[in-house]
Amino acid sequence: MYDCRMNDTKRRNSLSIALVGSGGAGVVTVGNLLLEAAAVDGSYGLMRRSAGPQIRGGESAALLHFADVPVECAGDYYDLLIALDWRHAERFLDEIPLTACSCVLYDPAAGDLPAPVVHTDARLVPVAMQRLAKEIKFGRANMIALGLVSSITGLKLDTLCETVSGALSAKGEDVVTGACACIARGAKLGQSLDIELSIPTAQPGAEARWTITGNQACGLGALKGGVRFVAGYPITPASEMLEWLAGRLPRTGGCLIQAEDELASVNMILGASYGGVPAMTVTSGPGLALMTEGIGLAIASETPIVVIDVMRGGPSTGIPTKSEQTDLNIALYGMHGEAPHVVVAPVSIPDSVFTVRWAVNLAESLQTAVIVLSDQLLAQSRMVANRPPDVGFVPRRVTGQAGVENYRRYALSGDGVSAMAIPGTTGMNYTADGLEHDERGTPSTGSQDHLQQLEKRAAKLTGFDYGDHWADVEGDGTIAVVTWGSCTGAVKEAIRRAGEHGVPVRLIALRLLAPLSTRYLEQALEGVTRLLVVEQTFSRQLYHYLRSQLDLPQCTGTLARPGPLPLAPGEVTERLLAEAC
Amino acid sequence: MNPLPGNLQPKDFKSDVKPVWCPGCGDFGVLNALTKALASLKLPPEQVALISGIGCSSRMPAYTSVYGFHGIHGRALAVGAGLKAARPDIHVVVTGGDGDGFSIGGNHFLHACRRNMDMTYIVMDNEVYGMTKGQASPTTAPDWTASEFTPSGTHARAFQPAAIALAAGATFIARAFSGQPNTLAQMIVMAMQHPGFAFIQVLSPCPTFRPEQKDWKKIVRPFAVDDLPTSDPAQAALHCQRDDGMSTGVIYVEARPVWRRSKAQEMTVEDIEQEFQL
Ligand SMILES: Cc1ncc(C[n+]2csc(CCOP(=O)(O)OP(=O)(O)O)c2C)c(N)n1
Ligand code: SF4
Ligand SMILES: [Mg+2]
Repeated sequence: MYDCRMNDTKRRNSLSIALVGSGGAGVVTVGNLLLEAAAVDGSYGLMRRSAGPQIRGGESAALLHFADVPVECAGDYYDLLIALDWRHAERFLDEIPLTACSCVLYDPAAGDLPAPVVHTDARLVPVAMQRLAKEIKFGRANMIALGLVSSITGLKLDTLCETVSGALSAKGEDVVTGACACIARGAKLGQSLDIELSIPTAQPGAEARWTITGNQACGLGALKGGVRFVAGYPITPASEMLEWLAGRLPRTGGCLIQAEDELASVNMILGASYGGVPAMTVTSGPGLALMTEGIGLAIASETPIVVIDVMRGGPSTGIPTKSEQTDLNIALYGMHGEAPHVVVAPVSIPDSVFTVRWAVNLAESLQTAVIVLSDQLLAQSRMVANRPPDVGFVPRRVTGQAGVENYRRYALSGDGVSAMAIPGTTGMNYTADGLEHDERGTPSTGSQDHLQQLEKRAAKLTGFDYGDHWADVEGDGTIAVVTWGSCTGAVKEAIRRAGEHGVPVRLIALRLLAPLSTRYLEQALEGVTRLLVVEQTFSRQLYHYLRSQLDLPQCTGTLARPGPLPLAPGEVTERLLAEAC
Repeated sequence: MNPLPGNLQPKDFKSDVKPVWCPGCGDFGVLNALTKALASLKLPPEQVALISGIGCSSRMPAYTSVYGFHGIHGRALAVGAGLKAARPDIHVVVTGGDGDGFSIGGNHFLHACRRNMDMTYIVMDNEVYGMTKGQASPTTAPDWTASEFTPSGTHARAFQPAAIALAAGATFIARAFSGQPNTLAQMIVMAMQHPGFAFIQVLSPCPTFRPEQKDWKKIVRPFAVDDLPTSDPAQAALHCQRDDGMSTGVIYVEARPVWRRSKAQEMTVEDIEQEFQL
């Protein structure tokens, strides 16, 4: 059992803070301000939002983690919990584990303390935040809370006030003045509480730092990759990416359409891409299910498209606001017929920039559909990160030059990629077709044509050199973890802790899920005697997929569990340190 | 529109691919009318894209010499919209059948009408699913019992394409008969010159599964009113509702702003990413 009173060197220099309150209480605003102010002071941080099913007024929580290095996962326990009220607390308290060393600041006016909080033996400190706020003109309890945190954690007051003024300036001078007065009041009170926690700060480095969400990072990757047409239909947790893109695409000469449904979205991007413009759609599981026929058309007609699926709990409407990695199977196997395509997944928030950019390049180069699997945890968390490196690709869709004699759109070529003429090009007119076709594109039911075109579409993917991007491989030792997506953050932290216990562990975080680079994966697993497959699913989708593709070490175990709780590094560490498979 | 330098004939807009259609199929007339229209518009073939879904009528693109996309059942209008939005310079014509456009693709039909993008939509209406061998379509009369799928009829009122297009917001609405390819060709020219979403319902007989439609040539006639086309939706609705669906002519033409991409101050992606800088 974890004992918080032990001086545990296995935990890094970090601080975890949870802010909870009902929908209108403004805890997410406070979380964002705190993240930003701490970042300006030199800290790295990560903020996850946890929201209930209500549209407005439901429970919400801002869950923050600070460290002196970039933070890619939640901590195991929270050092500080500030509750503006306890409405619907039972729905999310299991997301905020506390220990006897935790400190809970709560407003006594907001009702009884929930029993699970009392049972943790955490230190309970009543603070009349509502009452204090009422004493200040334009005062709000959430700003009192912000002041409390600032003095408890040693955040610089002037940085905080500057951040707040910037963020709230649109709401008017009175609101800013009221907020700053509340922060000062809260800070003064905080000093008298005798709670000492500190937000770790890093030495100021040369690197530029960003605050960015996974959804924004995917959107930016698409712009950098050259996507200039997007069609999409609103869906949680993907809408924010579409909204971000809608404001930016026109500035790059591109265009975004809110389509009537996902069937339209995927077919619209097919039309745009057929017209020569790199195109993308963004959705979540239910939308991906609707798009599968259109994705098949992209594959058969060899029209490049990128489809981002921000995964949430399924099946059906499932748990729209919480993360899960359970769309792996539909992304791999969802299409009817034999439909080779590419599936990639970012391994972190900043990596979303690279992975989506790569996805665009793969779609364009291979003239096929690329599915990007992001997830709610990556997408809706905001991170203070070092500016992601700029890995450029030369955009290379093979198009036709005007005047080619006897143009054959689906010509059998060495690498399976054939020239795709763009409307407007003289003398190359052809008809793209989802019906099986001959080399010219004329519909054909002939066995020879079918076999040749199947081989063509398969060969262009298997023969391609995906380079080092197939996975992030780190460390050595005879124990290895294979994981993907948002689980990677927790696994990395667990591997760090195992290392401090003298147990070296290799990390293989897959970025290219299909086609799986089995040869590279086998090389990466050389000398491994024990393997742990870590994923956020119930039915161990990744594990079964890997087993279908290559021989895994005899001693292979899985750590698989469904959402909505994110994987904590502690549970992974425990598995790594256990002797069993 | 960019005029064509040389003089292309209608046959130059046909490909060498032999249609799969049955002898006597109305769709041959539509192919003839379409190629005539393209030749008389003097459009360079590479500036035109013909987009379709699935069905006998949706086979059209491969039989022409323009750029084509033969997609999946019901989604042609979405493909066309994406192409037009991304490539405003291309003349987009979408073709298909009554099942493709009004049943499986019905939602896209409504939204294409209201979006009013500058493109032309030609539906070959034979009141049947030809390709899948003769099932009822949305435009089939409720008492049609010749399909084994609906042996006692459809028990559902027939879909009224023109009236629905009008209510949904199409800005050019016409009805034609495939047996009159010259008239149809003129209508396609008008539709393609119309700025906005132009919809033509072509009565196109399926002699194989609806042999009684061979009599359509005796029944169709131009609208017997002198106030069409109108730009008054109430007037157009009145004529649509009073008609038995067999009168031909341009019904409705409205000058409404065409869908346009939103414009914004240009920025580089490097400028955009500054927003993430601490
Ligand atoms: C998703 C899907 N469902 C069903 C079909 C089968 N199907 C092919 S064509 C067609 C109906 C075509 O009718 P219509 O659009 O009226 O064209 P026609 O053949 O009459 O010209 C159907 C149901 C299909 N191809 N795809
Ligand atoms: S089945 Fe009917 S619609 Fe299809 S080709 Fe034959 S006649 Fe034409
Ligand atoms: Mg039909």
